[in-house]
Amino acid sequence: MSPIINKRKYFHSGFSLSFWVGLVFVLSIFFLAIISFFWTPYDVTSLQISNRFKTPSFTHYLGTDHFGRDILSMVMVGAQTSIAVALVAIGIGIIFGLPLGMIAAAKRGSFFDDLVMRFNDLIFAFPALIIAIIITAILGAGAFNAIIAIGIFNIPVFARVARGAALTQWSKEYILAAKVAGKGSFLISLEHIIPNILNILIVQATIQFSLGILAEAALSYVGLGAQPPIPSLGRMLADSQTMISIAPHMAIFPGMVIVITVLGLNLIGDGLRDYFDPKLRS
Amino acid sequence: MFEYFIRRIITLFLTLVIASIVIFVSLEIIPGDPASYMLGINAQEDTILALRKELGLDVPKIERYLMWVKGMLIGDFGVSYTYRSPVIEMVSERLWVSLPLAIYALILSTFIALPVGVYAAANRGKVSDLSVMGVTQIGIAIPNFWFAMLLVYLFAIILRWFSAGGFPGWETGIFFGLKSLTLPAISLALPQASILARVMRSSLIDTLNEDFIKTARAKGLSYNQALVSHGIRNALIPVLTIIGLQFSFLMAGAIIIENVFFLPGLGRLIFQSIAQRDIIVVESVIMLLVFSVVVVTFIVDIAYVIVDPRLRSSIL
Repeated sequence: MSPIINKRKYFHSGFSLSFWVGLVFVLSIFFLAIISFFWTPYDVTSLQISNRFKTPSFTHYLGTDHFGRDILSMVMVGAQTSIAVALVAIGIGIIFGLPLGMIAAAKRGSFFDDLVMRFNDLIFAFPALIIAIIITAILGAGAFNAIIAIGIFNIPVFARVARGAALTQWSKEYILAAKVAGKGSFLISLEHIIPNILNILIVQATIQFSLGILAEAALSYVGLGAQPPIPSLGRMLADSQTMISIAPHMAIFPGMVIVITVLGLNLIGDGLRDYFDPKLRS
Repeated sequence: MFEYFIRRIITLFLTLVIASIVIFVSLEIIPGDPASYMLGINAQEDTILALRKELGLDVPKIERYLMWVKGMLIGDFGVSYTYRSPVIEMVSERLWVSLPLAIYALILSTFIALPVGVYAAANRGKVSDLSVMGVTQIGIAIPNFWFAMLLVYLFAIILRWFSAGGFPGWETGIFFGLKSLTLPAISLALPQASILARVMRSSLIDTLNEDFIKTARAKGLSYNQALVSHGIRNALIPVLTIIGLQFSFLMAGAIIIENVFFLPGLGRLIFQSIAQRDIIVVESVIMLLVFSVVVVTFIVDIAYVIVDPRLRSSIL
């Protein structure tokens, strides 16, 4: 056995340093978001106008906003909203996209395959944000509709990736063996194809996670995401925009939380891809 | 080649037809009637009916769809419900802000990204490559509207080099027009440039491993000569695709950035029209964006085949 394969037996030695940096970033934001379910330093719904525009101090670590709300508390709950929206949107993408991609690959070249691919092309013809704006215009603004808007865009992404990855598997010998053993397309897809393309799907899910966080931020920035009083990072940025000359800290912290989360997710995604496919390592 | 071209044109046409149906149907189900929105809550029932008739809203939906499509084919996008002015005029006025902004951002991003990507690839594995790649990772992670706000804070509020927003109009001169689009274009270009630099780098690294580079070196070219005259040219193909794709991101991204800088572009028009239930304007603007995306993708696909003769055999 070559030393490279031996090395990969050890769980962590296969991951790059940037993967671990990304993991630390993401876990710290997740940690803040999960804590916010039980506890925040201050109540995010209590307005104390007399306490507004406070710069960061030991009483308010990240300062206060134009209503005197504690920015750390708002950022914690905002991160929770962003993560929840992006995660559920990935769920939508996988639940609908994965079966579509699997069936298209199993019935490659068929009318259904063609239909799925043309549907993908159609959705990709609309810039993602335009889809989100149309959907929120139809259904109204809110966190739930933001999930649907982002989720719909995830469907063709997962369908395409699953189909592409599954097609490579279908041409392999072990699938032929499974066919000879008498397994049908459904069982082969479920028992052989999906486990073997899982790594590609996980990497894609990480990428869609980070895109989802950015999309949620953009939607709530233009007022189409979670509605007040639920704090959201995008709307905190929108609120801070007119006050940036007097309270720049209001703009800096929510933005940094987005950057840290997205950067962390991208680093994890790159690390996972290199880990699963050592050929790509340069 | 010719058959491929015809097939792509048919797909292009079908995509546009289906897209127009999707846009029309989805916007028809938006709750809220333009006529009652315009007349306010105290309007009489018969006044609303009269206005609906005047706006052409009483016609059956299928007929209205056909009229809309037929109009677009001859360049008549209908009349805005709210402003009573031709949609084509409103759109082309806004297009003169959005399109230059997208092109400006595309040029900025390309001119920054390509040299950076080439530099990183030529120094791959070294500290300079790693730091450039680190910066592009951050560039991808930054929401462009947040970056825009930071630029406003630094260049408009602290340094006072640029104005914080607004657009003076092209009639004040190209310089002032471009100046007011500079910060928006930079903020749009940052994430795109980061992606493009990474694509350029990895594509060039792949190319440099090819045999023809070894041949060029064996022929006596120095490493840099081989990189410039053989490497970059061949590495540009995937880069071209990404540039084509980015055009659509830039048009859509402009929607958000226009809001940050209060620019009177297509993005602001969409939001305004949705709020006022001016459906015909929303439909036309979205159709226009989809049209530009589909056509740019089409051009890139065709350019691909023309630039790279190797691809021709695979499609024929």
